[in-house]
Amino acid sequence: MVAAGVEGSNSALNISIFAVFVVITLVIVFRASRSTKTTTDFYAAGRAFTGPQNGIALSGDYLSAASFLGIAGAIAIYGYDGFLYSIGFLVAWLVALLLVAELLRNTGRFTMADVLSFRMKQGPVRTAAAISTLAVSFFYLLAQMNGAGGLVALLLGVTSTAGQALVVSVVGVVMIIYVLVGGMRGTTWVQIIKAVLLIAGAFVMTVWVLGRYGFNLSSLLGDAVDHGGKTGEALLGPGKQYGATGTSRLDFLSLGIALVLGTAGLPHVLMRFYTVPSAKEARRSVVWAIVLIGVFYLFTLVLGYGAGALVGPEKINAAPGKVNSAAPLLAQALGGPILLGLIAAVAFATILAVVAGLTITASASFAHDIYVNVIKKGDRESAKSEVKVARWAAVVIGLLAIVGGILTNGQNVAFLVALAFAIAAAANLPTILYSLFWKRFTTTGALWSMYGGLVITIGLIIFSPVVSGAKTSIFPTAHFDWFPLSNPGLVSIPLSFLLGYLGTVLGKDRADESKFAEMEVRALTGAHAEKAVQH
Amino acid sequence: MGTTEDPAAATPATTDWSEVQASPDFAELRRRLRGFVFPMAGLFLAWYLLYVLLADYAHGFMSTKLFGNITVGLVFGLLQFVSTFVITGLYVRFANRVVDPAADKIRHEIEGDDQ
Repeated sequence: MVAAGVEGSNSALNISIFAVFVVITLVIVFRASRSTKTTTDFYAAGRAFTGPQNGIALSGDYLSAASFLGIAGAIAIYGYDGFLYSIGFLVAWLVALLLVAELLRNTGRFTMADVLSFRMKQGPVRTAAAISTLAVSFFYLLAQMNGAGGLVALLLGVTSTAGQALVVSVVGVVMIIYVLVGGMRGTTWVQIIKAVLLIAGAFVMTVWVLGRYGFNLSSLLGDAVDHGGKTGEALLGPGKQYGATGTSRLDFLSLGIALVLGTAGLPHVLMRFYTVPSAKEARRSVVWAIVLIGVFYLFTLVLGYGAGALVGPEKINAAPGKVNSAAPLLAQALGGPILLGLIAAVAFATILAVVAGLTITASASFAHDIYVNVIKKGDRESAKSEVKVARWAAVVIGLLAIVGGILTNGQNVAFLVALAFAIAAAANLPTILYSLFWKRFTTTGALWSMYGGLVITIGLIIFSPVVSGAKTSIFPTAHFDWFPLSNPGLVSIPLSFLLGYLGTVLGKDRADESKFAEMEVRALTGAHAEKAVQH
Repeated sequence: MGTTEDPAAATPATTDWSEVQASPDFAELRRRLRGFVFPMAGLFLAWYLLYVLLADYAHGFMSTKLFGNITVGLVFGLLQFVSTFVITGLYVRFANRVVDPAADKIRHEIEGDDQ
């Protein structure tokens, strides 16, 4: 079963390095569990992390394997077009910094729905927000678990279906243990360790690549062009991946909009703002996250062109995992099997940490929003069993993710990450912004915008070339692809902003002015915001 | 203060939020915050959209070489990084100098009354 994946890789070495990561993080998670007693501990790590710690964890949550392997590989093959992704992913953080992070920290307790339902009818709005949270988290989770299957083929040479299923299961089980035992505190430490490893690994490789070219970016680009074959020159400008037709250009515009507006609506990003003691620390977290993520994407630019120059697109396309193999192959070319092993382990650690962050978010939303506040209608007694419900939810979500990861193994589900961003931008962001800034916004407006955004986004994907009608579709021979774009954001995001407005204007209900007064004053001043837990 | 497990304890009914909301201090805080974040958000979104549209529809211009193998598109892209870092820095300076003192003052007035 175990054979070389990427040429020259040593599977035993890769697995050993990864195992060391798992053991170290498990020890830390078990230590973190000692101080996890209350719901605030479990969901929000007692709100005791500092801004810089949370900022590192945010970058850990955000920099998935897709953004490491995927972007570096896209730059290696498509050149400039790969770089466009990272810019959308980075600029998006300004929405979180300027409009969302601090206000959300001041008004919520544990979940995104706390803020969305603050001045609305609790039951319906919480339910909608929880459904959207679960949808975004699950699609994102499925993409990561599916990626784990592909990554083992690439890095460990595990190509049998049973072997890949086993690895996906191991990833799922370790992730469930992180969440069950460590809660948010343990999960946050896993994110921090992973982010440090990932960014340090990318830094070392970047310096190494640049060193080969006398720290001259222009000569690195020139070498990438020389190794890029006949179309090598096109690597330096946009259009190689998206420029083919009018539709593909529109598709890229649509993706760009979803990326920039999606981040501030991602529930697992928003939930992290509750782990710090104040709005000021939430602000510091975003600043740290922006700097780390920005610097990391600059590294991937060098790594991508470096892989194009030092490995070459032919070899990358011939390797298992194709585009995703660019960064591991570059590590191999630079530092041999040991560096490859380290980078492989970091890629695994990345998947593990991201799925843990998603699972705790989804389980918190189920337990806190649906169980306590909708099913039990905020009953005090039910709050005592809340953490227990959240833990069970984490197990169920983890198992679903394992099953989903195994069932979709071998399918190309890369579109799921873009879909998660598109849903976050359409179903969550309009309601977050309207709730915080628009006095007249009502429950009807919130429900129209959230359900509308969710249904339109998923509906357009179903009728897009992603699902049918194209060679790369899930059902290539069927034809119900009447919507031409693979990224629905261009249509669904403006529509859900419009629906939020129309629901408010046309709905019979009126905004609760005293609740808005409370929300606005609390959001801006931090009065009676949730404080850190003193142990 | 200890844990804040009880939402009712965190939100005493004694605060008249509407009164605070109507106060000149709060109106000034809101005006200054919105006066900074809304134009800034509009600015960076427009700047980003311009970049995406150029990358999407002006391939020739973006592929023009400025020096060596450095193209207009690469410089434009790197400028998006620069602008993101600059806006982050400007906002933090604004928040520390303007928002925090005003917000702290109002918060102390609210929380001081009922503790």
